[in-house]
Amino acid sequence: MKNFLIEIGRYVKLMRLVFKRPEKQSIYFKQILIEIENLGLDSLGIVVLISVFMGAVLAIQMAFNLDTPLVPVYTIGYATRQSVVLEFSPTIISLILAGKVGSRISSEIGTMRVTEQIDALEIMGINSATYLIFPKIVACLFFNPILIMISILVANFGGWAAGSLTGMVPSAEFIYGVKAFFEGYDVFYSLVKTVVFAFLIVSISGYHGYYTKGGALEVGESSTKGVVHSSIAIIVFNLVLTNIMLS
Amino acid sequence: MIEAVNVTKCFGENKVLDQISVKFETGKCNLVIGQSGSGKTVLMKCLVGLFEIDKGKVMFDEKVLSRMSFEEMKLVRQDIGMLFQGGALFDSMPVEENVMFPLSMFTDQSLSERRDRANFCLSRVNLKDANKLYPSEISGGMKKRVAIARAIAMNPRYLFCDEPNSGLDPKTANVIDNLIKEITEEYDMTTVINTHDMNSVVEIGDNVFYIHNGKLWWQGDKESILNSDNKELNEFVFATELTKKIKSAL
Ligand SMILES: Nc1ncnc2c1ncn2[C@@H]1O[C@H](COP(=O)(O)OP(=O)(O)OP(=O)(O)O)[C@@H](O)[C@H]1O
Ligand SMILES: [Mg+2]
Repeated sequence: MKNFLIEIGRYVKLMRLVFKRPEKQSIYFKQILIEIENLGLDSLGIVVLISVFMGAVLAIQMAFNLDTPLVPVYTIGYATRQSVVLEFSPTIISLILAGKVGSRISSEIGTMRVTEQIDALEIMGINSATYLIFPKIVACLFFNPILIMISILVANFGGWAAGSLTGMVPSAEFIYGVKAFFEGYDVFYSLVKTVVFAFLIVSISGYHGYYTKGGALEVGESSTKGVVHSSIAIIVFNLVLTNIMLS
Repeated sequence: MIEAVNVTKCFGENKVLDQISVKFETGKCNLVIGQSGSGKTVLMKCLVGLFEIDKGKVMFDEKVLSRMSFEEMKLVRQDIGMLFQGGALFDSMPVEENVMFPLSMFTDQSLSERRDRANFCLSRVNLKDANKLYPSEISGGMKKRVAIARAIAMNPRYLFCDEPNSGLDPKTANVIDNLIKEITEEYDMTTVINTHDMNSVVEIGDNVFYIHNGKLWWQGDKESILNSDNKELNEFVFATELTKKIKSAL
């Protein structure tokens, strides 16, 4: 417990450093673009792949469970959409990103720490915390919502495709369901979660990388810690945000 | 001038530096020598503030390092060039960008000005045709030389070199030693060099400080070091057959 509090203290201290005024704005702008490519665009493939299959499986399971004359068939489309928007895209995809993006960030920053590259930045008079972590945070806060929107679209498409191809849900019924009872607030809720999760992923894995001590072995350790801790944080904040926003 | 007063540094139970007091003069090459593991690197990192010291203080031209605010520290550091023992090149950037990096960060020079400066620094460390290569694609000695080029790119007032010529052949090592001496005198820098290479000591050692068992054991210059009667120093200086022969010929 004491250790946990110490870690939280160090984390907060690091975040305050991260949000100090950057030395030279033009450089930071370039860094942000680079990180959008490395952390965002680079994740597009896996996000699309996972979302298609997730949507497909969801639709088939819904169809299987709602196979009764009491519920109209379009409910399958509706239920698939709701699950995707409210939970599957923002939370599951963020967890996947915690694995992919988080481990990359921890190991990149951790390697820079153990090879003294961070010391080299500090010696030049550069605030290394800002230089390394800030552009990554901005990149993910900006790009993760885009990824999640794409995920939502693709997952619904996956559901529709699975329903039609297996013949379990007629195309028109599914599409009608997907469009039914649409509420903008659900998407808003989903994006708020995404943004919070994006911050957690980058800051927690950045924290573990930044305070790596030792050598290659420890870089591996921080990378694992980065993924595990940001995943836990996502799950906890998911509950908290859901409580605040949906009740 | 850089001055350390009673600097003490421990890692847990291990007291690495024990009340070290030294003055490093401006415009001179100040060499810190000592066996592997004697604490040279730790001393250098204490001087620049990468390690917090347990006792004592470090002063850069009368300004006390530990009393500086974050912003003041940043300003002083823009005047510091440092070569790390392991090079510490940014491995996401090619050689040329590594050298240009401090310029991009702190000057308003145009790309071509920065590139010219980088190429000038690279040519001074005898390194051409490696501009576009990444640190993982060049040899250990080349990395060292790129790191030196990066350290001098901003014409720092304080230059710290942790073993600038380890891993270099004798001829290149000599070029580097003389480069450091030249720029130190030309730009009136305060230069601190860690080394255990006796060739460098004899070549450029204006002031020499011998660290032993965490203490400042001896200090002098390149002439007096050869005639000292300090037992531990002699064991260090005349450790090899070659140096013993030279000693008997003196
Ligand atoms: N970060 C650290 N944590 C704990 N102990 C350390 C740390 N850095 C150095 N030491 C200890 O300090 C002592 C001096 O190390 P240092 O790196 O300064 O030696 P050195 O004189 O630079 O040696 P070399 O010539 O091999 O580079 C060693 O005993 C080392 O174990
Ligand atoms: Mg050393």
